[in-house]
Amino acid sequence: MALEPCTELPVKITADIPVLKERGQREVFCGLTGIVWLHRKMQDAFFLVVGSRTCAHLIQSAAGVMIFAEPRFGTAILGERDLAGLADANEELDRVVDQLLERRPDIGTLFLVGSCPSEVIKLDLAKAAERLSTRFFPKVRILNYSGSGIETTFTQGEDACLGSMVPVLPRSDEAGLMVVGSLADVVEDQFRRLFDKMGIGPVYFFPPRRASNLPPVGKGTKLLLAQPFLSDTVRSLVSRGATLLPSPYPLGIEGTTAWLKTAADAWNIDSKVFEEAIEPPVKRAKIALERYRQALTGRKAFLFPDSQLEIPLARFLSRECGMELVEVGMPYIDRLLMDKEIALLPEGTVLSEGQDVEKQLDRCREARPDITVCGLGLANPLEAEGMATKWSIELVFSPIHGYDQAADLAELFARPLERRRRLTV
Amino acid sequence: MELTLWTYEGPPHVGAMRIATAMEGVHYVLHAPQGDTYADLLFTMIERRDRRPPVTYTTFQARDLGGDTAEMVKTSVREAYDRFKPQVMLVGESCTAELIQDQPGGLAKSMGLPIPVVSLELPAYSKKENWGASETLYHLVRTLLLPVVPAPNTPRPKRDPNIRPKANIIGPTALGFRCRDDIREVIKLLAEIGVDVNVVAPMGSTPDDLLRIPNADFNICLYPEIALTTCTWLSRSFGQPIIKTVPIGVGATRDFIAEIGKVADIDVSQALARSHADTLGNWDAARVSSAAEVGASRLPWYSRSVDSTYLTGKRVFIFGDATHVLAAARMATEELGFTLVGIGTYSREFAREVREVAKKHGIEAVISDDYLAVEAKIAEAAPELVLGTQMERHIAKRLGIPCAVISAPIHVQDVPARYSPQMGWEGANVIFDSWIHPLMMGLEEHLIGMFKEDFEFAEGHMSHLHTAPSQESRRDLPSESVATDHAIALTNNSNQAVLTPVAQAIEGITWSADGEAELKKIPFFVRGKIRRNTEKFASDRGITSITVETLYDAKAQIGQ
Repeated sequence: MALEPCTELPVKITADIPVLKERGQREVFCGLTGIVWLHRKMQDAFFLVVGSRTCAHLIQSAAGVMIFAEPRFGTAILGERDLAGLADANEELDRVVDQLLERRPDIGTLFLVGSCPSEVIKLDLAKAAERLSTRFFPKVRILNYSGSGIETTFTQGEDACLGSMVPVLPRSDEAGLMVVGSLADVVEDQFRRLFDKMGIGPVYFFPPRRASNLPPVGKGTKLLLAQPFLSDTVRSLVSRGATLLPSPYPLGIEGTTAWLKTAADAWNIDSKVFEEAIEPPVKRAKIALERYRQALTGRKAFLFPDSQLEIPLARFLSRECGMELVEVGMPYIDRLLMDKEIALLPEGTVLSEGQDVEKQLDRCREARPDITVCGLGLANPLEAEGMATKWSIELVFSPIHGYDQAADLAELFARPLERRRRLTV
Repeated sequence: MELTLWTYEGPPHVGAMRIATAMEGVHYVLHAPQGDTYADLLFTMIERRDRRPPVTYTTFQARDLGGDTAEMVKTSVREAYDRFKPQVMLVGESCTAELIQDQPGGLAKSMGLPIPVVSLELPAYSKKENWGASETLYHLVRTLLLPVVPAPNTPRPKRDPNIRPKANIIGPTALGFRCRDDIREVIKLLAEIGVDVNVVAPMGSTPDDLLRIPNADFNICLYPEIALTTCTWLSRSFGQPIIKTVPIGVGATRDFIAEIGKVADIDVSQALARSHADTLGNWDAARVSSAAEVGASRLPWYSRSVDSTYLTGKRVFIFGDATHVLAAARMATEELGFTLVGIGTYSREFAREVREVAKKHGIEAVISDDYLAVEAKIAEAAPELVLGTQMERHIAKRLGIPCAVISAPIHVQDVPARYSPQMGWEGANVIFDSWIHPLMMGLEEHLIGMFKEDFEFAEGHMSHLHTAPSQESRRDLPSESVATDHAIALTNNSNQAVLTPVAQAIEGITWSADGEAELKKIPFFVRGKIRRNTEKFASDRGITSITVETLYDAKAQIGQ
């Protein structure tokens, strides 16, 4: 069925929440965009996209405003010779990788990132990565994942990237907690201190700060997801013996407590110890959150699909900030990872999966929400129509997890409103 | 496959988007995978537009590939027409859609829409953004005007001398480098010499405006990368002459006015005389207030004032699109007194013109869209200033060289709120300020040359930029730069010359301790060049160890 406009199929899931499924133009990023933050998280890694000039243009348009003395990503641009089969793709790739590694001998891990063109012409990058890895091992490890738009949406690029690292994680069946999903360094440190206080450990963060410093996985590994978009990574980790601890995500005070509690329960931590550990940060966070709650309470929010963070964010905005939810859009809904969150949404929340952007914009205009969470392609045009927006990509780039960031997270939504109040011209 | 760290141009469909977005009443249906809507951000963020670009994407996904993607095109075309009611529809593919070959242009044409449909064939694997823009503009103009082209050899009726001549300004697009203000400046210039503007296209025009193009007496080809194909066709079809001088720089602006005078058969001597008077710098109150009007650039006087003497012979490397590079080369050498040590462009279509300028300056032009090749050439030329694109900023940062942006690709900071043309009299003012700014101020340059051990004003420090000295700028002195040791180790490991742009001693030549120490006393921004010259001098004479004496011998022989 091709581009069926607005197939409205209310599907029952938890708590009488119907899901509006739509197909049409999707105004979202492809998974290649994940490179923009992953290259900072893992500084010894390099991301080589195998694709077209469009792919190269996407990444540099997103990240090129920063000036790089040493770029940490690049593109092997396919030419007509590659498409016509005149050049052997594998030889070409080897040559490009040689050239790159010669320029950058400090690279420890090289990701060959698949794109729409490379997927459509069925270039076997997995095999290429394997072959090159044998050649360069142990100096450089070469992995492969797809960040193509036809297969991945925005943060799914991180899922694919982490997924590609799972098979090379060292095996260990010892008990341990693995926190999965990119977190800001400062947030990682905060969580580590809390886990230490409760006596939960050892704790590993995945992805690690250096791609060469991989956490172990095995039968004793318990997985706590920090990010809701890691469907494939979780499934591969589970297939390596790890156990998923389903939990709401650590956004807001409530989400963070639920998240930490999930780990505490798995470690049989005494509830008194737990309470003691979280009491000071919870107290702080409540005080800090209060002023933003006052600014946000009773306001209407409309969330366009973008990063998969929408449902946890909506939960935080409604339960902790008192906002009303008009519509919560998601690129896709993975029940395994989302049920705990959906259960916390207020009854009657309108969820939508997929997108027909023009129709969704019509709904948004009609509802006149107080704040619209959307991508940068829509933000300025909506502002010009008189609607306050919060551009959603920032939520992926900012430290928003944990207690001490709960107020910061609320502030991100209050800021556009405060700004509109201040400006007089 | 081609290793690309940074690309100078986007794919050709982005060029087509630049045309569609610049105009009103045109809609573009683009067959493209999910994710290619990133291009909207170029317009809504980098250019800060307040409307979505008039582009509908099919955004197919993997699961659609098994189905009928051609049907998706038709649905998108139909819905886009119903919703936006454009006067003209452009239909084309992005790079991935090109592989699945749905022929969207042909499909759309067969749908019986009551408006002209322009089918765009933009080969994404061999052509790039500017070509895409140029081709789109050409096909759009041609589609609309073909029905009114007069029979071949119909003479163009002569302009009534009582009516002011009319010009079209062709070429400004969305996302062009300073197009917004260039147009204003050029319209001012034309007003100054009594020329009216007929149509500005594509920026701000509608399909109806394009239909009025033949009413003008001549076409100003403002951005040849975008406009030359169209202007050439208009000249052939309607006998409209083309003004080819691009008015960037005081000299070029004078030539531009003179060329229009000749083509339009009007007297421009007053405007030219007024411009020549600027050179004297008589800035009394009356002149200063009238300078805001027309016919005055401060560049000639600023550049002649003694404060600018230290700019003489500054070594400059220029890279960008051909139009801006050619203009910059002329300004740098004739209007600012710099020495051109490198020039190049990524616009292959205009390679010949750039090569000619390079030849005039005894250098070889870099015609390349390979960022690494450009980086290597800049390192080799060791300039004191790089005038380039956003990409050259990365190179300049790596090499620790001051840099100013003169051409697209650009980022958000080069779409400023303030009036900042590159063209005309005010454009020259803007350029004087922005090119001189990154250079070290004269006094500071002298003092750092004399006293090396200051705790605050250290090597490479530029206090007017409020920054600490760049570690990078000290990289050719491994002994004193701990922070860059790592980077140097990296580049020294490499054995492929193309990829090692950082200065390296010629094989078999070493620096003695005293020679090395003396080299450190040379101001950092010329040190790279002196180092290179000395090594070459030594190598030519079979000297294996460079001492203080060799350094000064070389300096005497070669100069700076």
